[in-house]
Amino acid sequence: MYSKLSFTGELTFFQKLRSLDYWLLFCVLLLGIISTISMYSSEGGQILYYTKSHFIRFSVFFLLMLVLSFLRPSFWHAIGYLFFFIVMVLLVVASFYGVKASGSQRWINLYFVNLQPSELMKIAIIVCFAKYYHRIQITNVNTLQGLLIPIVILIIPIVFVLSQPDLGTSILIALSGIAVVWLSGVKIKYFFYSFLSLIITAPFIISLLKPYQKIRILTFFNPERDPLGAGYQIIQSKIAIGSGGIYGKGFLKGTQSYLEFLPEKHTDFIFTLFSEEHGFVGSFILLIIYAILIFRIISIGALSRSFFGKLFCYGFGTSIFIYIVVNMAMVLGMVPIVGSPLPIMSYGGSSMLATMIGLAIVMGCRIYNKELIA
Amino acid sequence: MISSGDTKIRKAKVISRRVFIISLVKVVIFTGIVGRLFSLQVKENKKYLTLSDKNRLREWKLPPIRGEFVDYFGNIIAGNMEVYRLHVIPEQVENFNYLMTRLKTILDLSDNEYSKIIKKKNKQKPWETIIISENLSWSQFSKLNLYLHELDGAKPVLSVSRYYPYKENFTHVLGYLSRASTSDIENSESIKKNYVPGLRVGKIGLEKTFESDLIGTNGIQRYEVNAYGKRVNQVDHILGKKGKNIKLTIDAEVQKYVNELLIGRSGSISVMDIYTGEIIALHSSPSFDPTLFLHGISNEDWKSIRENPLKPLLNKTVSGLYSPGSTIKPIVALSALENDVISPEMKVRCTGKIELYGHRYHCWKEKGHGYMNLREAIKQSCDTYFYEASRKLGVDRLNVTAKRFGLGNNVFDGLFPDEKKGLVPSTKWKKNNLGVGWVLGETLLTGIGQGYIQTTPVQLCLMTAQLANGGFKIYPRLTFDNNYEDYETVKHKMFQKTIEKKNSTIGLIETSKELIFSAKNKYEILFRNQENIKFVLDAMYGSTNEVFGTSYKSRIEDTKYQFAGKTGTAQVKRITEEARKLDLKTEQIPYEERDHALYVAYGPYKHPRYAMSIVIEHGGSGSKAAAPIAKKLFKFVIDRHELREIIRKRKLKNI
Repeated sequence: MYSKLSFTGELTFFQKLRSLDYWLLFCVLLLGIISTISMYSSEGGQILYYTKSHFIRFSVFFLLMLVLSFLRPSFWHAIGYLFFFIVMVLLVVASFYGVKASGSQRWINLYFVNLQPSELMKIAIIVCFAKYYHRIQITNVNTLQGLLIPIVILIIPIVFVLSQPDLGTSILIALSGIAVVWLSGVKIKYFFYSFLSLIITAPFIISLLKPYQKIRILTFFNPERDPLGAGYQIIQSKIAIGSGGIYGKGFLKGTQSYLEFLPEKHTDFIFTLFSEEHGFVGSFILLIIYAILIFRIISIGALSRSFFGKLFCYGFGTSIFIYIVVNMAMVLGMVPIVGSPLPIMSYGGSSMLATMIGLAIVMGCRIYNKELIA
Repeated sequence: MISSGDTKIRKAKVISRRVFIISLVKVVIFTGIVGRLFSLQVKENKKYLTLSDKNRLREWKLPPIRGEFVDYFGNIIAGNMEVYRLHVIPEQVENFNYLMTRLKTILDLSDNEYSKIIKKKNKQKPWETIIISENLSWSQFSKLNLYLHELDGAKPVLSVSRYYPYKENFTHVLGYLSRASTSDIENSESIKKNYVPGLRVGKIGLEKTFESDLIGTNGIQRYEVNAYGKRVNQVDHILGKKGKNIKLTIDAEVQKYVNELLIGRSGSISVMDIYTGEIIALHSSPSFDPTLFLHGISNEDWKSIRENPLKPLLNKTVSGLYSPGSTIKPIVALSALENDVISPEMKVRCTGKIELYGHRYHCWKEKGHGYMNLREAIKQSCDTYFYEASRKLGVDRLNVTAKRFGLGNNVFDGLFPDEKKGLVPSTKWKKNNLGVGWVLGETLLTGIGQGYIQTTPVQLCLMTAQLANGGFKIYPRLTFDNNYEDYETVKHKMFQKTIEKKNSTIGLIETSKELIFSAKNKYEILFRNQENIKFVLDAMYGSTNEVFGTSYKSRIEDTKYQFAGKTGTAQVKRITEEARKLDLKTEQIPYEERDHALYVAYGPYKHPRYAMSIVIEHGGSGSKAAAPIAKKLFKFVIDRHELREIIRKRKLKNI
């Protein structure tokens, strides 16, 4: 299918290599280094399991990303639905036969590693929607059929992820999907109506939530109601960040983390650890790195000639932005605690893999930016 | 499904517009995140820094170091000793049960102690220390050291504990320490402030009275702790302040000697400086080792102390109440003279008994003393004479004089919470308390120190001291404080008082009125005519140093040691006519029914400096049981006097 695709004149390998986005690669490497150093700090200044494992994963997946970068966008376009279908099957398998841990069932045991399909779904949904909107005519976007199909595609994985249960990931999948839908030109009034109906049905939805999820929401509005229980994470995280000050407590001197007041410091609260040790200045620099990363992804999208490429880059850039904002807002006590990793920084193989695949597709769009997809 | 060029352009336009909107939103949200970071980390930094320190820092109060007691010569009588404790931190022990069974055999722990430790272990967090033993004996310690390499996790720790080098000698003065109870903590501000688990506080005696001076202040160790409360490292160590050392007026050597003199007997001895009121020795026998209470007394020890018929728990010197017997006679004589009731020349014929108001009153000497004047009556302790003298005097005037000389009132101002006041009866007292009128026969009994009158041994000592110093009010003391005045000062002030009295014509004290003492008016004159005091003192000299004197056998002829005294024999039980006829020896009477033997004395006679009182419970007669002790003790006290003077003079120079 893609042999006759709209592109003449092959690039040499070196041309391809040269047309890689080095700003983007630089930011990703920088984040990889910062995250490894943070892992090292989270283990009290020792190279133990998490540091090693995180570094190895980062290195492997970074190389994988470089390799996958040479795949054309048309390839991703071609396998778009298949990719979504495979991830969906994995998701169903995980939901029914997966490994149970701390009250939820979201992993598939692959013997050498546990795979979390819901993380991959974050990327798969964008690929899938990008293909869908690439193929549909602009006039059909706002028709009933054109609206219903993406809603159904979006709701199916969300239902499975919610049932695992994993509120954080399902929210992120939903937001990523909605972002792509928004970008592709669905009328603003539909967003407005759905938002309105969401508010109206909110009490009903809340009644469907698990007790611990309800508690988390209540705790968000008043962390002091249970300072040793559910509010503990928010309080300790705010203390850690606030006590960091302008320049931070210094590398390996974050007392909140090394004295173990900070929960889940490898994963969701890695930013808290970083912020405590490196202060406002460090956190600001980290935010700048992420901002550059997102800016580069959007720019690549802008330069991409194919609509698929554009939509994927914009969608992926926006998703990365959403992950970052949800995670940071959470550890800063601005939104309730939901499980949501910080891209690249947090410990977690599936999340890292998903991010790297996304980046590889973006990079492919960069190399083959002149390629058109029929 | 090939898009036409037109729709393609429209699609591209829409997506560009949408991405532009979304980028603007992103910028706004990022700015919001940065703003939140700024407000937490820059604006509210102080608040969160405080919270973070509160999280990570914990303070541990260290037990305060208790002040020490030293005697007049600076010998430590209650000090702090380094002891070895055995600590185990369960977390650091691989096999706790193995370690405990090994320790049980090595330290010879009882099953009871063993199960207590196991119980404690199960209650605590695994990193909290368990104290296996607070006070390892030397043999335990050396045995432990031998096996220590096999006992992983057992740690001998150096700690401080109270020790009493004079053992039972000072128990009734100092009291003892024991674990602070809830009521101890509630009732004392200083204990509450300095409390740490396992703190020992004074339970009785001066250890309790001076608790707030002795206790000191806590040292503080500040540790960094993790979220589970485990200590990670020490951040700060603030040393506590040691409690105040307290110097006693007591001479430990005399005190020790006094204890030896009373060994095996139940009784009390007090020795006092008749000018400064310094207590030289104050002992109640039998006593017990205060260390027994320090780590919790064992059941057997407690039982043996509590059930001892000689009552070791009672501080007989200040809380024991005794009829003064004939030791009251100098006061009766003085009162009669001061009130001009009798003259020293008054003669009474003693036939061994006297018939008054239908009752028969006996003199201790069955055959009678024959014709007696006042001096002879004191010297030979003739009861008949004193029946007559007290009949003329009346109980109320005797009450005034006796009270003025310190009977019927606390001797120490609040030093011993359990000090007894005793009782000096009066007609008013009987009416108010027993609701019955006074009977004249009771006056006669009071006149020989029997009946209602009850005194503590230290009161008798004070009474004798105030006679011996010429009749001046003094203030017995065990410690040195700001009110302390030296011998020379006291003597000078007393001398001035005498001059003042001679110069003033209206300064006569009414002998029938009780004196009201004020702190300003120290060393108050207790007499109307000092000649009367001198007369009584001379009679007491006769009692000890002249033939027929009741304590003649216990005299010392060397003027350096020569003392004067008065014996007393207090009946515990009314003597029946049959018993009187039998005239049993002391040894033949059951112990509980034997008379108490008393003796009061002062000396050296020429220039008196010390007064003492001796009470031997159920010892028989004062002349046989108590006076010989005085002889030995006086020699000892006078021999120590020179050393005491050296210290006193050295201190004067320093001031």
